[in-house]
Amino acid sequence: MTAATGTGRPSIAARPDIAAARRPSRRGPRLGRLALHASIVAVIGLWLLPTAGLLINSFRPAADVARTGWWTALGPPYSFTAENYAHVLSRSGIGDAFINSLFITVPSTIIPIAVAAFAAYAFSWMKFPGRNLLFVVVVGLLVIPLQTTFVPLLKLLGPNGIKLLGPGVGSFIAIWFAHTGYGLPFAIYLLRNYMGGLPREVFESAAIDGAGHATAFFRLAVPMSVPAIAALAIFQFLFVWNDLLVALMYIGATNAPNLPLTVAVANLANSLGGDWQFLMAAAFLSMALPLVVFFSLQRYFVRGITGGAVKG
Amino acid sequence: MDPRLLTAIIVVVGVPVSVIGYILLIEQLLRLVPGRRQDAIRPWLWLLPALILLFVFLVYPTLNTIALSFMDRLSRTFVGLKNYEYFFGTGDTLVALRNNVIWLVVLTLLSVGIGLMVAILVDRVRYEAVAKSVVFLPLAISFVGAGIIWKFVYDYQPPGTPQTGLLNAGVTALGLDPVAWIQEEPLNTVMLIVVAAWIWTGFCMVILSAALKGISSELLEAARVDGANELQVFRRITMPLLMPTIAVVSTTMIITALKAFDIVYVMTNGNYDTDVIANRMYKELFSFNQPGRASAIAVILLILIVPVMLINIRRFREQEAIR
Repeated sequence: MTAATGTGRPSIAARPDIAAARRPSRRGPRLGRLALHASIVAVIGLWLLPTAGLLINSFRPAADVARTGWWTALGPPYSFTAENYAHVLSRSGIGDAFINSLFITVPSTIIPIAVAAFAAYAFSWMKFPGRNLLFVVVVGLLVIPLQTTFVPLLKLLGPNGIKLLGPGVGSFIAIWFAHTGYGLPFAIYLLRNYMGGLPREVFESAAIDGAGHATAFFRLAVPMSVPAIAALAIFQFLFVWNDLLVALMYIGATNAPNLPLTVAVANLANSLGGDWQFLMAAAFLSMALPLVVFFSLQRYFVRGITGGAVKG
Repeated sequence: MDPRLLTAIIVVVGVPVSVIGYILLIEQLLRLVPGRRQDAIRPWLWLLPALILLFVFLVYPTLNTIALSFMDRLSRTFVGLKNYEYFFGTGDTLVALRNNVIWLVVLTLLSVGIGLMVAILVDRVRYEAVAKSVVFLPLAISFVGAGIIWKFVYDYQPPGTPQTGLLNAGVTALGLDPVAWIQEEPLNTVMLIVVAAWIWTGFCMVILSAALKGISSELLEAARVDGANELQVFRRITMPLLMPTIAVVSTTMIITALKAFDIVYVMTNGNYDTDVIANRMYKELFSFNQPGRASAIAVILLILIVPVMLINIRRFREQEAIR
């Protein structure tokens, strides 16, 4: 199944006869086509409009934002300014928060994928008693709400426990492992489905040629699973970068030197009240990196995620 | 040394080296073990990091939370079901519970329904990739960002003054009075769910669209040759074949709705009767310093999710059987 979604598209694109059969209504009545296009364009407009509004507003002077809607800026008199961005970048600690978000997000993406890949390889290509039962338990953990874990973990890691939380590197390390733990069930599920679908012969002949498991893993399993790993990397990156709840728990809303962007922006939202123009600029800065990641890698994302989630 | 520089070095060098080093290290260590036993030990060493982290961050805290929910606010004395009595005896928490039920129904219907509709529609046009990217885009935006984006959709100014919110500008253009979308109950909860649906529809659409493309075109063509019209093809072939995927996506959305937190936290912080369980729990823990009550809320959330979990596991077993 996983291989089918990965390779299915190019072959369909290469065979126009099949592609035509798949889209029957392209030959349909003209009025129906018009309604079809109209409804799709309506959906696109509906989905873009809120974001476009914020983008335009973030470039407007504060007085205008408070007085008139963003759509009035589209007509004369035109008054746009980059002042909001300049202010946010210079004063509100958003620059530091951007770096902190990177510190949190990069390891929180690498560690769970590596750890999940080891586990997925063991679940796919090693035999041991209780293998399927253990895998079902891991998949079952998918549905534990994060909220369930906070009270005991704050006790364990906080000032009354091993004192990992607080300023300094400690709270970063805590949040890396936390995101790893929370992300593992989905990551193992997705990678196990993908790795388990790789051709058995490849691994058998590698073993006959004397390759150990480390070689088979790094030279065969990982390179062949790139679509799934890439999809997972994007998903985990977006999830961690955009996360607010876990960051509030492990970093805290007041731990100034370590705040990631989401917490910094949420703090602005709670404290600024009237100063919405800065908040908008800050919100857009926090979206910039995920949007770049999303647009450059979305091909992988759309394909790889369906590999694990859709079967049959 | 500057702590930020230290962190940067750990991030860039330490983390990748240690994760790759782990496998190389255990494979070296395994060479010291006699052959037969190697194969018995090896899987557990490969699984060890995952199992430790799953235990520390999911299994242990969940069990501990269940125990804490029967304790007082200092987590010292056993108080029986008192924390649960508090939950079911307080108006505020019951409102949160009711709102989660609304979230569950409305969010699942909106995101799966619109996601399915968009997946089917864009399958028939040439600019499919563009349309899908646009609908998928909000998933790359944080809930915090989404909350701010939608503030400018829902914004309310008194009647007579120019409206700064898009929705109220439309309403007043029609000659009606502006509506305080975020304040007016029970409309406001639905308005918050619309924001969540705006985010999650793309997720549903992508997965449903992939399943749609997995349906054999010969099958559809055969039905058409036999004289079935488009509606019949859709109802009798496409829909039944999509059902397993719709079930997967709906399950994910139900869990998402039960865990809903960020949008409420950012947009209303639970005011105007929009609270949800997760936000309520956050408040009990940090604002009211009540770990016992917070744990009880977490357990209630867990109990609500257990049926979904059981269905998930059964579905997985069925999948493995046909694998």
